[in-house]
Amino acid sequence: MVASRAIGSLRRFAASRAFRPHGYIFRNFTGSSALLARTHITYGVKGDVAVVRINSPNSKVNTLNKELQAEFTEVMNEIWASDSIRSAVLISSKPGCFIAGADINMLAACKTSQEVTQVSQEGQRMFEKLEKSPKPIVAAISGSCLGGGLELAIACQYRIATKDRKTVLGAPEVLLGILPGAGGTQRLPKMVGVPAAFDMMLTGRNIRADRAKKMGLVDQLVEPLGPGLKPPAERTIEYLEEVAVTFAKGLADKKISVKRNKGLMEKLTSYAMSIPFVRQQVYKKVEETVRKQTKGLYPAPLKIIEVVKTGIEQGSDAGYISESQKFGELAMTKESKALMGLYHGQVLCKKNKFGTPQKEVKHLAVLGAGLMGAGIAQVSVDKGLKTILKDATLPGLGRGQQQVFKGLNDKVKKKALTSFERDSIFSNLTGQLDYQGFEKTDMVIEAVFEDLSLKHKVLKEVEAVIPDHCIFASNTSALPISSIASVSKRPEKVIGMHYFSPVDKMQLLEIITTDRTSKDTMSSAVAVGLKQGKVIIVVKDGPGFYTTRCLAPMMSEVIRILQEGVDPKKLDSLTTSFGFPVGAATLVDEVGVDVAKHVAEDLGRTFGERFGGGSIELLKQMVSKGFLGRKAGKGFYIYQEGVKNKNLNSDMDSIFASLKVPPKPDVSLDEDIQYRLVTRFVNEAAMCLQEGILATPAEGDIGAVFGLGFPPCLGGPFRFVDLYGAQKIVDRLRKYEGAFGKQFTPCQLLVDHANGSKKFYQ
Amino acid sequence: MSSAIPLYFRFLISYKDFRMTSILTYTLKTLPSTSKWALRFSVRTLSCSSQLHAAPAVQTSSKKTLAKPNVRNIVVVEGVRIPFLLSGTSYKDLMPHDLARAALSGLLHRTNIPKEVVDYIIFGTVIQEVKTSNVAREAALGAGFSDKTPAHTVTMACISANQAMTTAVGLIAAGQYDVVVAGGVELMSDVPIRHSRKMRKMMLDLNKAKTLGQRLSLLSKFRLNFLAPELPAVAEFSTNETMGHSADRLAAAFSVSRLEQDEYALRSHNLAKKAQDEGLLSDIVPFKVPGRDTVTKDNGIRPSSLEQMAKLKPAFIKPYGTVTAANSSFLTDGASAMLIMAEEKALALGYKPKAYLRDFVYVSQDPKDQLLLGPTYATPKVLEKAGLTMNDIDAFEFHEAFSGQILANFRAMDSDWFAQNYMGRKTKVGLPPLDKFNNWGGSLSLGHPFGATGVRLVMTAANRLRKDGGQYGLVAACAAGGQGHAMIVEAYPK
Repeated sequence: MVASRAIGSLRRFAASRAFRPHGYIFRNFTGSSALLARTHITYGVKGDVAVVRINSPNSKVNTLNKELQAEFTEVMNEIWASDSIRSAVLISSKPGCFIAGADINMLAACKTSQEVTQVSQEGQRMFEKLEKSPKPIVAAISGSCLGGGLELAIACQYRIATKDRKTVLGAPEVLLGILPGAGGTQRLPKMVGVPAAFDMMLTGRNIRADRAKKMGLVDQLVEPLGPGLKPPAERTIEYLEEVAVTFAKGLADKKISVKRNKGLMEKLTSYAMSIPFVRQQVYKKVEETVRKQTKGLYPAPLKIIEVVKTGIEQGSDAGYISESQKFGELAMTKESKALMGLYHGQVLCKKNKFGTPQKEVKHLAVLGAGLMGAGIAQVSVDKGLKTILKDATLPGLGRGQQQVFKGLNDKVKKKALTSFERDSIFSNLTGQLDYQGFEKTDMVIEAVFEDLSLKHKVLKEVEAVIPDHCIFASNTSALPISSIASVSKRPEKVIGMHYFSPVDKMQLLEIITTDRTSKDTMSSAVAVGLKQGKVIIVVKDGPGFYTTRCLAPMMSEVIRILQEGVDPKKLDSLTTSFGFPVGAATLVDEVGVDVAKHVAEDLGRTFGERFGGGSIELLKQMVSKGFLGRKAGKGFYIYQEGVKNKNLNSDMDSIFASLKVPPKPDVSLDEDIQYRLVTRFVNEAAMCLQEGILATPAEGDIGAVFGLGFPPCLGGPFRFVDLYGAQKIVDRLRKYEGAFGKQFTPCQLLVDHANGSKKFYQ
Repeated sequence: MSSAIPLYFRFLISYKDFRMTSILTYTLKTLPSTSKWALRFSVRTLSCSSQLHAAPAVQTSSKKTLAKPNVRNIVVVEGVRIPFLLSGTSYKDLMPHDLARAALSGLLHRTNIPKEVVDYIIFGTVIQEVKTSNVAREAALGAGFSDKTPAHTVTMACISANQAMTTAVGLIAAGQYDVVVAGGVELMSDVPIRHSRKMRKMMLDLNKAKTLGQRLSLLSKFRLNFLAPELPAVAEFSTNETMGHSADRLAAAFSVSRLEQDEYALRSHNLAKKAQDEGLLSDIVPFKVPGRDTVTKDNGIRPSSLEQMAKLKPAFIKPYGTVTAANSSFLTDGASAMLIMAEEKALALGYKPKAYLRDFVYVSQDPKDQLLLGPTYATPKVLEKAGLTMNDIDAFEFHEAFSGQILANFRAMDSDWFAQNYMGRKTKVGLPPLDKFNNWGGSLSLGHPFGATGVRLVMTAANRLRKDGGQYGLVAACAAGGQGHAMIVEAYPK
């Protein structure tokens, strides 16, 4: 459990916004081939306003694919040609989705960057026609309006959006390693100003409707309606359409102006941006920030800056050309393929492959109100699960309750929740010291201290009070679930649910099943995890499961490298420049040196030489001197409240000196140090797949990136092997094996891949 | 708190319309003398024997009475209100208890009730004047009631006076008291505007500070933004949405058009004006405002034209909403009071009651999307409770917060879909016939002093039944918090 805490804090450090694939953006969707009748787009005429309705068949979302685009062009041409139509409204018939983005497969199908450039140019042409439409077009947006959907919307003359939580606008292309390729890089800066456009395109963040209104991204808001004579969602879309039609008429009659009153700040900004010198400074500053945050590992953000700059400095024509070219180039990069792979993996890990559980979990109990327990409780009450938080002591319980409250209250401060919603969510939580009410629980998740005998005690206590159907889940980061289940009366109901800290921020949940865990238990656990908003990997039981097990050999190598005299700061910079969000030495401090030692000893016993390398003595000495890491204020670094730049802990020098190992010059270049760490990680991950701990490489990649901070630009250990080449990895491993020994021996699966040029992803 | 329209905006319009309204003749109905009561009383007792029920009442119509065995019959002896005025007009310099006092004095004057007979006094109010938080007690003392008569204040948003009345009913039905005065008051001309929390905290801490040093150190923490005042919330606490905004969304959810809303509002004003002209608003007692002329009639009634109303801009959802100042109830000052008794006590004191207060219900639902649908939920419940149907009702008196709200309630009551999906009913509630609905105007035209409206609704229902010879009235209202109320008023046999 504690290990996972630290890993969590690792994610906290990550250039947090730089990578968070969003669920929609580019949806996989292949519609039926275009029939004579239109399947994606229909339109009707209200008075002299054409209402164009987008509704991709057999899908929850609309995606801009070839058929939709063709139909759309056809419909628009009819509208432009018709004398009786003076304006148009674009609206989706799907509640919760305007257009979620372009079809990702459309890009995947392209073999060369030229082909991708062509796709981009087609999009540009289509949207240019919209922009220059003689008849005003109003985009009526309800639900996600992302990527290509946003580009479509901003090409229209007017935008009206539903003011609800589902309605978000954004340009998340950067998260897939590409850029908005249908005119977005050119229109967005004009619409919301250069700084805001950069912010949107470089972070890919979702913008809620009310914020979009303030930014000038949408012109009007429509409030969602409650129950009336129809279901609320249906009537809200109808209402949105009615309002949009009124505005379309008004625009056609020139009663409404598309110009919007800018605020003072906006006027000042746009004035400042009209000065070439200021613009240059802005580009420079943005570029600097991007370089610093991406360490040059992600090409897309820099290209976005370049394309925007081209458009502003050299005119839109040059801008559009640059946009489509760079779009094509980016789509062919390894980074983009890695990120798209992660996106696919994430979609996969958001599904319950075990089907619907027999009984839905409605009442949950969490044992232990520590950091993890309270975190689990928070993400559960948040989604309407009635949750009991039980602890052994009142102060412990109070701390946990406060953590849940604070987590919710922070959302209020960010305006993601109202204070009333917070109170109502918080009322789902019951804090208690006894087992009262456990007879009603459907699932108990224990998050007590990582100690087998304690877990056994708790399991027995709980089984005495819970109903027969209730599932017992253990949140542990290293204790084998089968050992925990060994004292259970009904091991088929016992499962592992390994959360990562901080639970409300970390997306990953690792579910661990034993041979005796029933299918229904698995599907229940996954269902609960999905409800909590988690991305889920399901792995087999074994020491360290998947995530902890991959991390351990890398940590061992960290120690070895430190012993060789590389100072922690250097090591940190080497790891972060490889794409890890947190430096390796800092990571140990964050995990807690005692925890790292505990895990290293444990897994070292089980796995022997393969987890060797660094001397565990280093950790032991640190523990004995009280250098437990951040929590103790001292580890490799010295931590002081309010001091930003942490200094090295000079008291470590004597420890390093006493354990010093001479570096081997031919395997100690900066690059070697990086690869020694990464190859051990990758090798262990492959071992997990080979041994059946992992079911699929996709889960391995998701687990590594979302749980351990494996560089997203590499796409996870398996994608990395595919893109980098298995042969090269094996060669590296062999080289290091020669220098250091068996801990680097490549596993059979990797060797097979190298020999047979097989790939993990086809 | 139906009128959440910005004060200045509201005032502007009302002032304009106020001038437009021609001064009309106003007749204050003379009160029946005690001797007449006595006469009617004897007639009533004679016909009592013909009743099947044990209840000591007789019915003029063929419908059954709602008296229940072993439950005391509770009657309204009389109810009055001071004229309801637009906020910021003649009452603007007064305090809430002054208005309540005037209503109580009016009730005393009209009923001649011996003060010592009154067992208890309950008042409803919404926005409390902090100096008179138990406004019922302050008003009672000032109105010359006995200082031996206890009083308490209740609050339940726009149905505060309804709560006062039903509390009285409960106390009498439980046999605790025989004579209770219930009423309500609201003064929107003045609302408590507070110092900010930070400022308040500092002032309180300063109070506790003992040394000069402590005081100075506290004062050094002062920031200019501490001076920003805190206005009383016009928005629903749970959702942070103003009521007008919610009404606009409600109207849209039920596809109620702007024109329909304006038409309904116009109807309300026209009917109110007619009622005022014909002297039907007999519950009004004149109020001599200190330093000003005697106020004798409501000043918010302003029949306009649809063209005029169409010119107004939406007040809440801008620029395309449908709720405007003209089709919303306005901020109002006013107070009302009602004398409620156990029937036998009223008869013993020689009164001729006006009506029975029968079954009542309170309902509540989602404060976000169904904030103003209280009447839809409460109406079928109270009818079922009383064993009546829509057809049995001769006078409907619904609180008109907004035109859109009334019309949305109509649509909801007329919808099988809504009944099945949201009310757990098999069929729709049914529409109240418009010719029996708020025939003497409503809150849209007469005004809506939040805490006082309930009494006006009941008295109007009672007076309408008396005038038109009907037997049952149904009073219903919505209130902030997504709550609602309905009550059956039964005419007292003549």
